[in-house]
Formats: sequence, structure tokens, C-alpha cells
Amino acid sequence: MYNFDFARPGSIDEAATALQGEEAQALGGGQTLIPTMKQRLAAPATLVSLTGIPEMQGVCLDDDGRVCIGGATPHAVVEAEAAAHFPALAALAGRIGDPAVRNRGTIGGSLANNDPSACYPAAVLGTGATIKTNTRDIAADDFFEGMFTTALHEGEIITEVRFPVPEAANYQKFVQPASRFALVGVFVAKYADGVRVAVTGASEDGVFRWSEAEAALSADFSADAIADLSVPADDMISDLHGSGAYRAHLVGVMTRRAVSAAT
Amino acid sequence: MTQVTMTVNGEAVSGDVEGRTLLVEFLREGQGMTGTHVGCDTSQCGACVVHVDGKAVKACAVLALELEGAEVTTIEGMANADGSLGTIQQAFQDHHGLQCGFCTPGMVMSAAALLKDNPSPSEAEIREYLEGNICRCTGYHNIVKAIMAASGQDVSAIAAE
Repeated sequence: MYNFDFARPGSIDEAATALQGEEAQALGGGQTLIPTMKQRLAAPATLVSLTGIPEMQGVCLDDDGRVCIGGATPHAVVEAEAAAHFPALAALAGRIGDPAVRNRGTIGGSLANNDPSACYPAAVLGTGATIKTNTRDIAADDFFEGMFTTALHEGEIITEVRFPVPEAANYQKFVQPASRFALVGVFVAKYADGVRVAVTGASEDGVFRWSEAEAALSADFSADAIADLSVPADDMISDLHGSGAYRAHLVGVMTRRAVSAAT
Repeated sequence: MTQVTMTVNGEAVSGDVEGRTLLVEFLREGQGMTGTHVGCDTSQCGACVVHVDGKAVKACAVLALELEGAEVTTIEGMANADGSLGTIQQAFQDHHGLQCGFCTPGMVMSAAALLKDNPSPSEAEIREYLEGNICRCTGYHNIVKAIMAASGQDVSAIAAE
């Protein structure tokens, strides 16, 4: 790992200022960024740690009943503190990586990185959550722009994520056992005005909504309603862990499992 | 170089480190505490697990400068005050929970973190919790057995496999 200057500001404002520097990079829990820097795939001049900012920590409910999670909240804290309000989200957080990774890795870091196989993007897109940054609010549908790409500007910080709590929800993850990332993961959430289905791990374009399944499930929220649906394999990730056709098949299987578990 | 101060196994320690200095480097090279092992250095294997403010973390994936003022516990802090093996360590010895021993510091630290939250875990819970700790010798069976024994559960019925 190349050396860098290190800053650990105590407020969002100080962090935003520090990130204005040349080649400055935000550091969440470091569970992806530090390994990436060790491989010299990233070499920022300055790392600005976001773990020392109290206002970016923790889980709470806002006046509209949304679950609000500070951007620097570790997965293990979400698992524990969101369980009473949004069990499907807590369960998702509790299956990311392994226990030691969950004690460091943060929701904001995961979303900013937008790994095509990460779990959190499925929950955020599958609920239509709002991503709050230090400058604006970004709707989930506008946030994810493809593999490792998001709507975030240079130096912009995810300070909070607000999840509307669904009537019923479930996340099903087919684990790639070596990395513990999702080979395919599907988040299904049922709201009064319809059902949302978000798929991670499968597409070359990163997390996506399966609108055909959403329409069918909005009319009839049962696994049978989507029994005949499938996604095309053309744009699916194909690697040594699974072919595109295999992943496309898993999308259907995991969606049906998620619906069954949610009902 | 920047000075960092933290508490390691109850004692205040400080040292000058670079931005890139990992916690495991600070412990091993800065403090001479070589009980914490570097296995894969890619945060897969868990040989470097230590506790930071009571939580298990992989010391190869945390920067030392992140831990200003933190409480760190390493395998060196797991023995009893008189130097004899702590309960979990003794259970690993009694139940042959190690062969080459390379993964053992991380296994013991993960086990301690598990037992703090869940004092009487089932076999399945132990295996799930150890997802991030890799052992290439034992096949895990005796590690699981040792942790169950350390938690005071009867392991006489668990056959060696």
C-alpha cells in the first residue's frame, strides 16, 4: 500500500472540507478500500476517515416512520438496532461478510462503492430508500449508475440512508462461499402502492429492479404469480462461480423464495 | 509520522506510525506483540482477529490511526493474570483445537467475541460465527468442540470425526 495523509474529522462539515483536497478519498470501515489499496488498485493522497463523526452513527426512526441509518453505521449495529423496526433489513446486514467484517464495514461505504454483488444496494433500491448526502437527497432510483458507479459527486459524503418500512419484505442471498458476497441476491418489499424487487450480484450493470416481477407481484403477492417469469441471461455476469444463464435462473428462484418468506 | 495512543491489553501504548500502518503492523512491529498473526493479509482468513472496544475486527484491515484512544485486546491479553492459559485457550489445548497453531490466535479471539454475546452457543451458531476464520489443519471439528467446552457445555457426546 502506498502511503497517504490521514485525517479523522469529527463532523460532517470538517470531513467535507478535508475531501476538497487533491486526490482525497473518503474511508468508511475500510473493508473494501484497504484491501483495494493493498493491491495498489487505489492510491489516494489523503484518506478522510468518516468513523469519528457521531452524527453519522446509529439507527433511528424519523417522524414519517422511516428507518434512518447513519452513513458510518457498521453492519453489526444495523443488524442489532434495526431488528425491531425493519427485520428484513437487519437480517440482510447480519449476513454481510463475516462477524469481524460486519463490525467495521459501513452502510455508506457499501453504497458509495456499489459493488455489483453487494447486499445493501438491493435493500436500498428494493425499498426506494433516500440517500442523504452532505449536499442533497438522492432517490434510490437515481443513485445506482452501474457497476462501481453512483450519482455521488467527487467528495460527496453519504451521511444517512432513509428506508420507508414495507408491509412485508425479505432478502434472499445465494452466497458465493469464498467471498461471502451474493452470487445472486434479491430484495422484495411490499408497500401499499405496490411491490418492489431489486436484484444484486447478477447483472453486469450492477443492482437492478425486475419490473416484470414487480408488476406481477403487485397484482398477486405470491410466488406462483411469478412462476413463469424469467430474466434474460444476456447481460448477466458470467464467471468461474456461475454462468450468466445460471445467474438468470437464480434470479427467479431467489425472488420466489423471498416472496414465500415474506408472506 | 503521526503519534497514536491506544490501550492494548489494559496498558496505554503509543508509537509513531504512517497513515498506511495497519493495526496488525502496529502491534507486531511497533509493540513486538507477535501473537496476532498475519495469514492472508486480504481480510479473508481471520488469523489477525483482535478486539477493538470489545468487538472482533480483522487487524489487517484497520489502520492504526483509526484507533486513537481505542481499547484493543489481543491474544496476549487472553491468559490469566498468573500467566496460565485462559478458559478458551485451555479448552483449545484440552480438545486439540489446533494443530499448526497459525489460525489459533484469531480463532480464540473470535470465540471470545462470540461467547461474550452468546454465552451458550449451539454447534451451528459457532460454525456460522467462525465463517471468517479459516483453519487448514483441523477440519474445524475440535475447534467447535473446544468453544462449546469453554462455554461450559458438555461435549462428551460429540464424537471425534
